[in-house]
Amino acid sequence: MSGHNGHDPHEISTAALDIDDLTVAYNSKPAIWDIDLRVPEGVLMAIIGPNGAGKSTLIKAALKLIPRAAGTVQFCGQPYEQVRSLVGYVPQRGSVDWDFPTSVIDVVTMGLYAKLGWFRRPGRQERMLALHALEQVGMQDFAERQISQLSGGQQQRTFLARALVQDARIYLMDEPFAAVDAVTERAIITILHELRARGKTVVVVHHDLQTAKEYFDWVTLLNVEVVASGPLAETFTPKNLRQTYGGRVAYLYDDQSAPATGEE
Amino acid sequence: MPKLPAEDRHRASFEQRRIQRFWLLIGITALVAALFVPFSQIFLHVEYDYTLRTVALGGALLGVVSGVLGCFAVLRHQSLLGDALSHAALPGVALAFLLAGRDLGLLLIGAGLTSWLGVHFIRMVTNTTRIKQDAAMGIVLAAWFAAGIALLVYIQARPDASQAGLDTFIFGQAAAIVERDVQLIAVVGAASFITLGLFWKEFKLITFDAEFAGANGFRVNILSMILSTLIVVAIVLGLQLAGVILMVGMLIASGIAARQWTDKLGQMIILSAVFGAFSGSAGAIVSAVDADIPTGPLIVVVAFLLVVISLCFAPGRGLVWTLLRRHSDRRRFAAQTILHDLYHYAMDHGAPATPGETLGERASRPHLGSAVPEAFLVGVRGATARVGLRQLSARGQVQQRGDAWLLTPAGIEAATKDDHNHQLWAVYRQYSDELALPMVAEDRQQDIRNFLPGEAVEKLERQL
Repeated sequence: MSGHNGHDPHEISTAALDIDDLTVAYNSKPAIWDIDLRVPEGVLMAIIGPNGAGKSTLIKAALKLIPRAAGTVQFCGQPYEQVRSLVGYVPQRGSVDWDFPTSVIDVVTMGLYAKLGWFRRPGRQERMLALHALEQVGMQDFAERQISQLSGGQQQRTFLARALVQDARIYLMDEPFAAVDAVTERAIITILHELRARGKTVVVVHHDLQTAKEYFDWVTLLNVEVVASGPLAETFTPKNLRQTYGGRVAYLYDDQSAPATGEE
Repeated sequence: MPKLPAEDRHRASFEQRRIQRFWLLIGITALVAALFVPFSQIFLHVEYDYTLRTVALGGALLGVVSGVLGCFAVLRHQSLLGDALSHAALPGVALAFLLAGRDLGLLLIGAGLTSWLGVHFIRMVTNTTRIKQDAAMGIVLAAWFAAGIALLVYIQARPDASQAGLDTFIFGQAAAIVERDVQLIAVVGAASFITLGLFWKEFKLITFDAEFAGANGFRVNILSMILSTLIVVAIVLGLQLAGVILMVGMLIASGIAARQWTDKLGQMIILSAVFGAFSGSAGAIVSAVDADIPTGPLIVVVAFLLVVISLCFAPGRGLVWTLLRRHSDRRRFAAQTILHDLYHYAMDHGAPATPGETLGERASRPHLGSAVPEAFLVGVRGATARVGLRQLSARGQVQQRGDAWLLTPAGIEAATKDDHNHQLWAVYRQYSDELALPMVAEDRQQDIRNFLPGEAVEKLERQL
């Protein structure tokens, strides 16, 4: 029953990610408001919205990294606590100090710590798994490299490998395309498409309207509230984007072939 | 992707050298420490009596404990938190004295309690208000310390002989250390190391990426509280020796020094322990030269010297190497640039050549004879150019004739090689994916053969 490429995912009974009435507030101002969201299994979904729309907040609240004011979140029909191993998380790469004294393979191995359980140390088997994950992101030659020597794109791939090594069913990624070069972006999107082909569900916080059409098959437009969510073709419409971003952005994506001839 | 033995060997030897360097450094520190004992006996006339032996041992043990735990304070960007915590211990000492009288164990427990409350107050303020951590720490540091001082002054005014010397907790007093204290440090230190060993991977994870740890189901709050508690323990143990004001120095100095020498967490912690032991005992020994020299401050001064030495000389990161490297880079780059310019100048303006012919090939054509090294530059200006020309002329690659500089045959050869190297790097960038070559960081100023195995370079040659 694992969804393949999201063909009519409405049929699937349990959603990969099911969010009900989720609200998060900072200083009594809601960052996200009453989010209802069902992400079917096997889709590659972008969460798109302007700055301050609560995209990262949504992911973090789903993972209980920040307190929720209200709402429930279920992964594959279960609360997060019971299915942690099914969920892989890729934080923003700027969230850590890359001068930490450790190597690339060490960081990737951290993805396996939860599986190891208390007190057990990673061994040969964990190393093999980590090397395999590094190979998937094309970083096998960097395994022993100090993380302080990595470029931005390599940092992002390292984080991606750390999530891949978990072999999760659902991946949540916070801006994996932020400030990476074209080649890295291509490499990352290839990996995401591979994940989808293997029936995984991938949720990505994304910024770029131009590439969204090309990369994703499912999209959630967010601006504090969910404006629209569903298959890309039905959801990524000028009307919805106008509701998300306001009027000025509407012509940007509207018709790529026609140059912007002023707003009307 | 094929495994490349040459690359592996290169990496293995690099790794080996790093481990050698690590042990060498520990060996040198141990040697200096061992030589320091006779040196202090002969030249400083230090007498190794029972008191000094106890204090030196206590200082060394304390250096190990605070060095190890201090690494985490440094890596979590919480060095200043250590300072706030040790200041926050003072009211605990005074309160414990007022409530329970003078008993060292109780005084330290009191110190630990207020210090621990300080951590939580800081965390609470940071999490629930808009005040940032540095401001919260500043407030706790000042307020707790002020309360401590007020209580101490009040206690000292009382007609009670047992209060004498309570103020040594401010600056520390090593002479007060007896064998029982050393045992206490050893036992508590061992317990905290066991805790550290048990939660090693968890502590490492929350220190590097707390968010990821949280998403993976680790109880970040509890783990981070355990780690903070261990740091509080180290601080409390050191209060008698270093005092509340200077304890932060013992806590973070050896960690900072150790970080300069290694890029591995495990090695950093071991080195920090060694540095801590060294500064703890050496500081104690030097302070024994005269009864009026305080021990705590000297330990911190020695620890600081280790930091300075590490910042200057640590390979890779050290200031001295950085300056030397910058100097040699400047000369190397200047020489390379000038050589490159001369070469291309010659290619453009020298004796007529068949298209695509390099200077080297032209030089080998006999009928052109001595007409070849036409390459010259007139009116060279600028410091960089002069530095470069001096380099090249020392290597015999250019000659000065009047105002002009000529490439010698050796210069032509070097320039041809350099040019070829550049082309190989260019091909590498274009085709490394298709040829399945190992990924290396590009550095066109270096010989590509130093980065890639021979077979990979051959593949590139074929692309030219």
